[in-house]
Amino acid sequence: MADDTKPNSEVPSAPATGATPAATAHARPAPAPRPPAAPIPDLAGKTTNAASPGGAAAKAAAARPAAAAAAATGRAADDTSPLLTRRAWMGLAWGAFSAASAAALAATGRFMFPNVLNEPPQQFKAGFPNEYGTGVDERWKEKFGIWLVRTPDDIEQHAGGFYALMTVCTHLGCTPNYLSAENKFKCPCHGSGYRLTGVNFEGPAPRPLERARVVLSDDGQILVDKSRKFQYELGQWKDPESFLKA
Amino acid sequence: MAETKTVAPKEGPGTQFWNWLTETQIWTSVFRHGRPDSDRNRVLVMLSNVFLHLHPVRIRKSGVKLRYTWCMGGLSFFLFLSLTLTGLLLMFYYRPTLEYAYTDIVGLREHVPLGIMREMHRWGAHAMVITVWLHMFRVFMTGSYKPPREFNWSVGVVMLVLTLLLSFTGYLLPWDQLAIWAITVGSNMARATPFLGYEGPGAQLLRLGDVPLIHAYDDARFALLGGSFVGEGALLRFYVLHCVGLPLGIAVLMAVHFWRVRKDGGISGPL
Repeated sequence: MADDTKPNSEVPSAPATGATPAATAHARPAPAPRPPAAPIPDLAGKTTNAASPGGAAAKAAAARPAAAAAAATGRAADDTSPLLTRRAWMGLAWGAFSAASAAALAATGRFMFPNVLNEPPQQFKAGFPNEYGTGVDERWKEKFGIWLVRTPDDIEQHAGGFYALMTVCTHLGCTPNYLSAENKFKCPCHGSGYRLTGVNFEGPAPRPLERARVVLSDDGQILVDKSRKFQYELGQWKDPESFLKA
Repeated sequence: MAETKTVAPKEGPGTQFWNWLTETQIWTSVFRHGRPDSDRNRVLVMLSNVFLHLHPVRIRKSGVKLRYTWCMGGLSFFLFLSLTLTGLLLMFYYRPTLEYAYTDIVGLREHVPLGIMREMHRWGAHAMVITVWLHMFRVFMTGSYKPPREFNWSVGVVMLVLTLLLSFTGYLLPWDQLAIWAITVGSNMARATPFLGYEGPGAQLLRLGDVPLIHAYDDARFALLGGSFVGEGALLRFYVLHCVGLPLGIAVLMAVHFWRVRKDGGISGPL
C-alpha cells in the first residue's frame, strides 16, 4: 500500500495516460495518479455530483426526453430512474448488500480468533545453569511443556550442557511421562517411548521429540524459547541455539 | 356419523355437557377435524399438523415392515429426541469451566436424584451413532439412495457428519484424562486441513511475502479449540457447539430429510 502512493507523490503532474513507454518500461504498471479531491474514478458518472455526467445538470437534460431515451436504451417505458436503469440500480443494491453480507461474515469469522490468549508465554527464563544437576528436570513441564535436560555429552553437539525437550509426543500430540527408573519418556496414549535425548525407540512415534531454542539471557539465566523448534531428523539439533553449552 | 342421527332418547347431563364442550369455539379451534376413523379425517390429521405434514399421507405396506426398514431412521430420531431431553436436563447442573466441569459430571452421578441421567445421555449417544450407521447401511442395501432420492442421501451424509461431530464434542465435556487426550489427538487432525490447517497441504502457499497467513495460532484447529491446546477455550467452544450449534443444524436438516421422504414418493419400496 505504501508504494501505491509513491508514484503519485513523486510525479504529481504526470498525465494519466500519456506516459512514454520508456518511462514505464522498467516498472510494473503504476496506478494512474489521482488528482486530489476529484470524484473516485470508478464511480464517476454514477455518483450524483453537479458537475459529473449524471449530475444535476445532466439530469435536467436527460429527464425531459425520458420516454424517448428509454426506448433508445432498452429501458422499460416507466423506468424513469436517473443515472442508471432500474435493473442497474437493483444490481448495485444487490451488489452492495452482498458485499456487506460478505464483510459481516468475514467479521464473524474473525470473531472466533481472540486477540488475547490466556496461555503461558512461549518464552520463559528458567533460572541459572548452576541450579540444575545432570538429568531431566520436570519443573517446567506442567506450565510450559518443557523438559530441561542437562547432559554431560550430547549426541549431536558432543559437549556438556542443556537442551529443552518439548513434552509433545510426535505421534498424536499427547504428553509423555518421564520414567526415571527406566530412563525414558513414555507416552500413555499409545506407548511411544523416547530416550532421554528425545530420540524415539519404541511405539508408533514417527520421529524424535522436538527441542526448543535454549540460550543464555543477558542476566545469565537460561532462556527457553518454544517459538523456535529444532527437529533431529532435519539435522537441526546441530544448531548452536538448540543446545546451551555449560 | 351425522347421517345416522335419529330421534335421540333423553340425553344425560354428561352427554349434554360433552355436546356443549365439543361445540365451543376453543374446542373447535384446537381439534380441527374428527377422529381419524375415515380416510378423509386421516388425511386431515396429516395435513393440518405442522409436524405430521412433513410425512406422506400414505405409505407402502413395505414402509412399515420391520424386515425392510429396520426402523433405523425412526430409532435414530427417537434417540435424538431422548438425547435432546436428557441433555437439556444435564445442562441444569453442568458448568463448562476448568474448575467445575469434572466435579459436576461426578456430581451428576453422586449428588443428583436419578443419577443415571448422564448414563442415558451417554449410552443414547453411542446408540445413535450405531443406528445412524445402520440406517445408512439399510438405505444403501435397498438402493434407496438412487434417483429421485439422491438429494436426501446427501442430506443424510451431512447429518451423519453432524452426528459424529456431536459425539466428538460431547466427548470432551466430562473433562477427564480420556476426554482431554482424545480431543487432543482428534483435533490434531485439523492441523492437516487443506489450506486451513497450518500443517495441511497448500497452507504454505497462503502467505504475504515472508508472513504465513495460516499458522498455529489462526488455523482451523485454533478456531476449533479457541487456543493452541485443549484448554478452557476448547471446553467452552465444544460445549456451545454440542448444546446449541450442532443440534440446531441437525434439527433443521432432519426436517428437510423427513419432508424429502414425502416429496420423493414415500419410503422406497422393495426393488
